Amino acid sequence: MSIGIVLGILLVAFLAGMDGILDEWEFQQPLVACTLVGLMMGDLTAGIVFGGSLQMITIGWMNIGASVAPDTALASVVAAIWVCGPVQLSVPEGLAIAVPLALLGQGFTMVLRRVVTRLVKVAENGVENGHLSRVTQMHLASLLLQGLRVMIPTGLFLLIPAAWVTSAFNALPVVLTMGLAIAGGFIAVVGYAIVINMMATKQLWPFFALGVALAAVKALNMVALGIIGLALAIIYVQLSNRQQPPSAGGDDDLDDLDRELEDL
Amino acid sequence: MEKTEEKQLTRSDLARMVWRSSFEQGSWNYQGMQNLGFAYIMVPAIKRLYDSPKQQQAALQRHLTFFNTMPYMQSTITGVVANVEQQRANGAPVTSEMINDVKTGMMGPLAGVGDPVWWGTLRPVLAALGAGLAIGDASLLGPLLFFFGWNIARLVFRAYTQKLGFQYGTEVADRTGHWLPKLTQGASILGMFVMGAVVPRWTTIKMPIVLAQVHVNNELKQITLQMICNRILPGLVPVILTLVCVWLLRKRIHPMWLIFGMFIIGILGYVSGVLAL
Repeated sequence: MSIGIVLGILLVAFLAGMDGILDEWEFQQPLVACTLVGLMMGDLTAGIVFGGSLQMITIGWMNIGASVAPDTALASVVAAIWVCGPVQLSVPEGLAIAVPLALLGQGFTMVLRRVVTRLVKVAENGVENGHLSRVTQMHLASLLLQGLRVMIPTGLFLLIPAAWVTSAFNALPVVLTMGLAIAGGFIAVVGYAIVINMMATKQLWPFFALGVALAAVKALNMVALGIIGLALAIIYVQLSNRQQPPSAGGDDDLDDLDRELEDL
Repeated sequence: MEKTEEKQLTRSDLARMVWRSSFEQGSWNYQGMQNLGFAYIMVPAIKRLYDSPKQQQAALQRHLTFFNTMPYMQSTITGVVANVEQQRANGAPVTSEMINDVKTGMMGPLAGVGDPVWWGTLRPVLAALGAGLAIGDASLLGPLLFFFGWNIARLVFRAYTQKLGFQYGTEVADRTGHWLPKLTQGASILGMFVMGAVVPRWTTIKMPIVLAQVHVNNELKQITLQMICNRILPGLVPVILTLVCVWLLRKRIHPMWLIFGMFIIGILGYVSGVLAL
């Protein structure tokens, strides 16, 4: 691998690592990170397909409150290197290896989130002693460490010769690789379940059922289904609001919407 | 004493705070959580509003206290806090405790709205659309749609809500309070519907195991488990599997165990011949 490719991959790993804590730009999401790794390694198509497949598994992984989800950043970058690069793992094999990598990355970020507590202390002490610029410095230093958290392990994984990884995977029994490949087809249900579990209340289950039923109509693509879902949501919110006694001045924009609808 | 000129945050101060807010969680930690992040965002405002180092120091210190909310909802709070800080800098009787109360009072309810809307609905829906294009046609449109769709929505939302917060100050809740629950409810409905559609569409479970053989017009026809399930409803098995996962999550089983469980099902399915690639 040329030095340019290695630097490109390390840059992607750095961005993904920073976004693993930021949750802002979404460089840590498989769809973005794997595509970029594919681009760097000269196999964009493999990166896109693998990114989409891994995205389906990680779709429900989210950091809420103080809980830390498995790390998509390290998993996306390293697994994509092996899928798009000379190792040439198949997509199901890549998915299978991505899961333990995500757990490894999760371990790293949990340790680092403790270490950062000390940097925050440095900032607090700095402010107390009149060094006000410590706030910005320590904040950015913490962010930098989060980038290195994924970049350094990625660099180490890159040092493993492709032939070793290939032979390690070839040494796996067929039962295991075939089983993992089959599981790759439906492992995404766990992610869907996480999302559903977060939102589901008794009133909302009928909408899930409607989605299932309409998915069977092959003529409807995802955009059409999205429009149906949006329309259902608007209708439900409007109707459920109408049944309540009108509160003083609280429903302005909804009334506006009603008026607009009546004008049509 | 001569009356000093009114302190006023400029447009560029507010724009820089929006930019900084895109890096809010960089120093997320187990103790103060987003405390340093919040202070980091407030730096441009504090520099503009307070001249003496002592006042700047006091302002930074009050924003280094514990803070945690859903990151994108923090922009509303930043706007409100910038408004209150500006009043304080111009002599209004605002104490540090009052500013802290504003922050802690808003962070919980806003996280309650932000988590289901952003993480629970918008990201899964955009990711499902993008991944669908990526897997189906290996189209670059998939990642591009996801990346730009998300970032445009996020940045517009951050800029707009910070502006609202700054404009209305502590009264922002009266302005937005009545439509936030509706937004959450509507988003949850959309999310549940899309999940219902995605589960059968994008899950592959092939069950070619032959259950019976029948003669149709002198031709031997095999009836597989797959055919029977499809006859009932396409995607029936993935839906059942998903509902079982939801049930197990509610029993507080960790998602990672469920993922490993799926691998086990795949392996057992292959060995027994019930499942195939």
